[in-house]
Amino acid sequence: MSSNKKYWKSVEELNENSSIVETLKENEFVNEIPTDEFLGNKESLESSSTTRRDFLKYVGFSTAAASLAACEGPVIKSIPYVVQPEEIIPGVANYYATTIADGFDFASVLVKTREGRPIKIENNTMAATNGSANARVNASVLGLYDILRVKSPMKGESEISWSELDADVTQKLQALQSSGKQIVLLTQTFASPSTSKLISEFATKYGNVRHVVYDAVSESAALDAYQAKYGERALANYDFSKAMTIVSVGADFLADWQGGGFDSGYAKGRVPKDGKMSRHIQFESNMSLSGANADKRIPLTPSQQKQALAKLYSMVVGTSVSTDLPEHINKAVQSAANELIKAGSNGVLVTGLQDVNAQTVALEVNAAIGSKAFNPDTPIKTRQGNSKDVMALVADMKAGKVSAIIMSGVNPLYTLPNATDFKEGLAKTELSVAFSMKADETSTACTYIAAAPHYLESWGDVEMKKGHYSVMQPTIRPLFDTRQFQEALLKWTDNDMTYREYIKDAWGTSILNGSSFNKAVQDGVYVGSIATETTTTGNTTAIEPGEEAFQNVIDDAVGFVSAGSAARALASAKSGSMELQLYTKVGMGDGQQANNPWLQEFPDPITRTSWDNYLTISAADAKELGLVNEYEATGALNGSYVDVTVNGATVKNVPVIIQPGQAKGSAGLSFGFGRTAGLKDEMKTGVNAYPLYQNFDTAQNVTIEKAAGMHEFACVQLQNTLMGRGDIIRETTLEIFNTKDKEHWNPIPKVSLNHIETPVTSPEVDLWDEFDRSIGHHFNLSIDLNACTGCGACVIACHAENNVPVVGKEEIRRSRDMHWLRIDRYYSSEETFEQDDTKKDEFSGLWGDKGSLGGFGEMENPADNPQVAFQPVMCQHCNHAPCETVCPVAATSHGRQGQNHMAYNRCVGTRYCANNCPYKVRRFNWFLYAQNDEFDYHMNDDLGRMVLNPDVVVRSRGVMEKCSMCIQKTQKTILDAKRDGREIKDGEFQTACSAACSSGAMVFGDINDKESKVAKLLKDDRMYHLLESVGTKPNVQYHTKVRNTTEA
Amino acid sequence: MKKSYQSLEDNSTNTMIQVIYRKLTSNFLNLGLVFLLTFSTSLIAQEGDPVKGKTLFNTNCASCHKLDKKMTGPALRNVEARLAEEQGLDREWLNAWIRNSAGMVKSGDAYANKIYNEYNGTAMTAFPQLTDQDISDILAYTAEPPAEKVDGPVPPIDPNQPPTGGVSNKLILGALAILFALLAIALILVRQTLNRFAEAKGIDIAKEDKSVPIWKAFAQNQFLVLVTVIFFLLASAYFVFGYLSQIGVDQGYEPVQPIHYSHRIHAGDNGIDCKYCHSSARVSKHSGIPSLNICMNCHKSIYEVSAETQQEGLDEYGVDYNAEIQKLYKAVGWDDAEQKYTGETEPVKWVRIHNLPDFAYFNHSQHVTVAGVECQTCHGPVEEMEVMYQYSPLTMGWCIDCHRKTEVNVKDNAYYTKIHEQLSKKYGVEKLTAAQMGGLECGKCHY
Repeated sequence: MSSNKKYWKSVEELNENSSIVETLKENEFVNEIPTDEFLGNKESLESSSTTRRDFLKYVGFSTAAASLAACEGPVIKSIPYVVQPEEIIPGVANYYATTIADGFDFASVLVKTREGRPIKIENNTMAATNGSANARVNASVLGLYDILRVKSPMKGESEISWSELDADVTQKLQALQSSGKQIVLLTQTFASPSTSKLISEFATKYGNVRHVVYDAVSESAALDAYQAKYGERALANYDFSKAMTIVSVGADFLADWQGGGFDSGYAKGRVPKDGKMSRHIQFESNMSLSGANADKRIPLTPSQQKQALAKLYSMVVGTSVSTDLPEHINKAVQSAANELIKAGSNGVLVTGLQDVNAQTVALEVNAAIGSKAFNPDTPIKTRQGNSKDVMALVADMKAGKVSAIIMSGVNPLYTLPNATDFKEGLAKTELSVAFSMKADETSTACTYIAAAPHYLESWGDVEMKKGHYSVMQPTIRPLFDTRQFQEALLKWTDNDMTYREYIKDAWGTSILNGSSFNKAVQDGVYVGSIATETTTTGNTTAIEPGEEAFQNVIDDAVGFVSAGSAARALASAKSGSMELQLYTKVGMGDGQQANNPWLQEFPDPITRTSWDNYLTISAADAKELGLVNEYEATGALNGSYVDVTVNGATVKNVPVIIQPGQAKGSAGLSFGFGRTAGLKDEMKTGVNAYPLYQNFDTAQNVTIEKAAGMHEFACVQLQNTLMGRGDIIRETTLEIFNTKDKEHWNPIPKVSLNHIETPVTSPEVDLWDEFDRSIGHHFNLSIDLNACTGCGACVIACHAENNVPVVGKEEIRRSRDMHWLRIDRYYSSEETFEQDDTKKDEFSGLWGDKGSLGGFGEMENPADNPQVAFQPVMCQHCNHAPCETVCPVAATSHGRQGQNHMAYNRCVGTRYCANNCPYKVRRFNWFLYAQNDEFDYHMNDDLGRMVLNPDVVVRSRGVMEKCSMCIQKTQKTILDAKRDGREIKDGEFQTACSAACSSGAMVFGDINDKESKVAKLLKDDRMYHLLESVGTKPNVQYHTKVRNTTEA
Repeated sequence: MKKSYQSLEDNSTNTMIQVIYRKLTSNFLNLGLVFLLTFSTSLIAQEGDPVKGKTLFNTNCASCHKLDKKMTGPALRNVEARLAEEQGLDREWLNAWIRNSAGMVKSGDAYANKIYNEYNGTAMTAFPQLTDQDISDILAYTAEPPAEKVDGPVPPIDPNQPPTGGVSNKLILGALAILFALLAIALILVRQTLNRFAEAKGIDIAKEDKSVPIWKAFAQNQFLVLVTVIFFLLASAYFVFGYLSQIGVDQGYEPVQPIHYSHRIHAGDNGIDCKYCHSSARVSKHSGIPSLNICMNCHKSIYEVSAETQQEGLDEYGVDYNAEIQKLYKAVGWDDAEQKYTGETEPVKWVRIHNLPDFAYFNHSQHVTVAGVECQTCHGPVEEMEVMYQYSPLTMGWCIDCHRKTEVNVKDNAYYTKIHEQLSKKYGVEKLTAAQMGGLECGKCHY
């Protein structure tokens, strides 16, 4: 039966009268190929002295000559240091502790440098309280080697020197000082005691200085609420490991909520211990990481969330509000409230609603139940932005009240919802300086671009949480003629100190309490006894000029202190016909790193789509609006376009992805994409969502209209559901886990041997003779599906460690992604995976209600509110590997230590191994991805290639590659031990992914060391191997996911 | 007498090959002098003994002073006379200076401070242990007239001129060729003469039957043709394979380096440990090309080689060693006259000799520190190499051969204790080879 479906290759084809479509239909090539020019002229052909035979001779000769010449080895020069720095030994990596603080991501990290080049970011394990490196932080090292960085200060289009810039700026500032007009410092959140001090000194010198802190994605409401209740402008800090019942209303706390960094605490409570684990209930509209990990997820629109929160408050605290929530939600809210009440101090309620009322109510509830997870002593300092201040500033600029503006770490022309107003205001200033690493949207509109260094080239200090400090130190000399904002302020305040001296000085007087500064720099972190007075005074003096606005906020906030009225205000929230929930992706954040190819190619954990942002919409709404997602014959995903309008601001041509679990009546769109300046054409992906971010509220009433055409996505996972194959992701509930024995919820698959059911692990049913692996090391990687939140830090860490190439959107679309480590995401087709299994088991016959033909078709579609499971999959390093037996050239073979080796130089590219791999983890190099203009990513320029790990070879075209279980790292650990003549302790062996995993889901080690953590995990009841029935005997273990479905 | 003779011996053994020492004749002169002096020593205590002085100078002063050249400290030839003439300073002043120069600088002595400042505020080591006699010995040594240059003008060397050894070989070969030619001519002449005799005597030389020419017979014999073809095919396959498998194998690669550095002199004659310069071989995957500051550790004081060495270099290798040292100074930015760094450096672009391909991981420290393999095992007799060359083929077969044969060095290494015990039991051997330890697995070198 033929289909009537019409397929098209491009949007243009939809236009019936398009001339180009007609032309293309007629001709294969748009332009005539000029064959006549060289074949038509018979005369010139005949007169030509080169005959066909001659031509062949030349070709033959030159080919032979070229191949012979290629046999000659090149002359390679080696240039040693003239004076070798003491700390550098070529070939040995150095590690430095430093801190990223780019206004969006704050984390204490370790930087691995080789021959002076930073090449990888790792977790600073000494800084347990300061968050850990997420995917963006892991990828940030590549930003250092961005070819598009501003290489020297610029005035307009022309490069100038720093002395010229200093002279111009100071002269202008002095002139303005006497004129009495406003000088504005518009900066990111530095959370830096020293910078605050410095800015106040700058304010004293020039007078009339106004410091406005601007966070692109604002937490202003939460800050206001916290300030009103606890008298400090900071964010509430939660330790989810101390909570047994977690209720979240729209807070994606496993991603970037309140600056992120909560996942390790959360994961600790998620691993069943003594029969107990935490219970997580999530109310949200978009399918978020937190929702995906929740035990119970209730999809509801943002306005319903407000009502739900009000109701939760009323039930827990004991007031009454009236809401008009639908029955099923009402019931869910009630049961959540009951659970919270029952949990008492073991419960916690968090909300991500950008509404002072909502935040106040959440704080009130936690106070009422006395939540142990909430720690008022160490509030989070890494968001300081005040959206009211920012709005006031834009208004003032537009009114011409601002004469000079100096910006650092912000890009308001891209991130402001009213960017046009800002642009107008910017034109009215007499002096505008932007400290920026890029010629981005804002800096190009300023008079001067002050070339700023990367954080790996800068000094700094950060107060992450009250009393918890972190030091930023340079790990490389500045690559370009750059200067950091603070250095410039020092210069402009006639201070001869370097910023390092300034920090040391400031720390010595107010923070260190006599302990060593050098030690703090070496550790990267310092925990003070209590927060110091100077930091707070520093802040207030800095804000002083803008005190009026500041005071307003406090007044406003004080007005809301009555939580009861806040709850009533929430309860009266009206819903629009369609509500938009804006969010940030774990892969892109606020969009600062949009020119980072690793992050662009990083597949979103939920949609598994890379190189794009999109409107997520529920299947029901999509049907109503006539929006579709289709698969091409190649397996690539296409989606409709829509125009999204909020309050008159329209974003056109937003591609749509139909998202299972999206609340009906809501849509989601992420920030961070749609950049237009300061990045390569390849990276100019997606649409800019900031124009819709009005009043800095992530929830907006929106109208959605279908637009013409289909968008081409680069989606790496087309199989959305598990189809009842419980063998891949094993799941059980806490109740069954506690009461039944292992055989029931985690059985070993059996095969029939002489009509006796025999476990596949027993040697009798094995095709192969077992190799004795009891001697030496035997590596295993353990992955706990309960602890894995799907954050993807491991994916980027793997990229950085193993020189995995970026292949680009087109190649991803052709399913040629190169990620050695992928995180599979599965939805259930019924409400839960368990129901899937039951449904599949009950299939009987082909046809009918329980027929498998129709049934399997149904199971391909995820449910409206599916359960979600994440599963990191990399090479399983099978002891009986199917890939090894089919390689015709023995390029892949097994090592005694359990690793499946891949000798790239031996591989001839038959791809038999990939075909025979049951886990589909082998990747083929279809092209040469390094030094190839067709793939203009970091490996195509000298600067970008500096990030390559010299211990891992860069693969060439035509060879297969895959996860090596970081053999370069295990070998290095072994060598270090041999050199020291000692045994290896547990924990020394690490892979890039296990080291990057902050939630403790990945544990790597030697199972022949019986005392090691991984050896114990191997014996755990939850342990299973992926597709065990195949008999591959993998060296990667998985641990059954346990869900806490026990309702209170 | 005996004592003085001993001191002479000391002199000659102490002198390194490239440090100038005087001719034997002058030594004999000294001998005579010493002979005289040994008797007069007790009589005139203040008269210095230049021979003793030389020993003392070499042990105490030579690291910072030369007789005729500024180094860390000033040149000391005729220092006593010079000071007396120019500054009016006497032996007393010198004694005080030598025993405690810092004290004199502190006490505000004018000339002491001048000298101190002139040499960048480097304080001279104090030598309180030197007796008056010792000092006068040293001063006597410094007061000696400079030794005459031993060698005449340097003969110009034509670098194109082939080494003499090659010439004699060719001569012999030529002579042999002529001999053979003469022999051949003689034979032909003999044959002609015999023919003529036969003709004259009327003897008819029996003509052979008109037979099939050999090539035709060959072509007709199909078996022979087949065998020959197979032979040629096999032979060409052998040679083609041989040719192809040497591609990328650069055994014997001996590139010309920007500075002619002689491993023979440094590692061989002077016996400097390889790892003194290639120190990172102990801890890193790279052996490391020494940075130039390592060279300057010694070459700050060794600014020229001994005349013999210089001559040897010119004669045998066509290299002016002193000029090579100047190249080093230029690269590192060392002003030899002023004895300070100018800061203008020109990093040396050495030509890399041992090039392992990127896909092979090799770690020096594993072999040098853990296994205790001698550098020479792979790099050959470096201490005999005037010009460094690639000694080993560096092919995979070569690596594996060694891994198969070499026993693992497990002595006093706690890492190996357990695994060696278990594995040797498994394989039933006393000592394990690297291969048995897993040293042949692909992934150990290829990742």
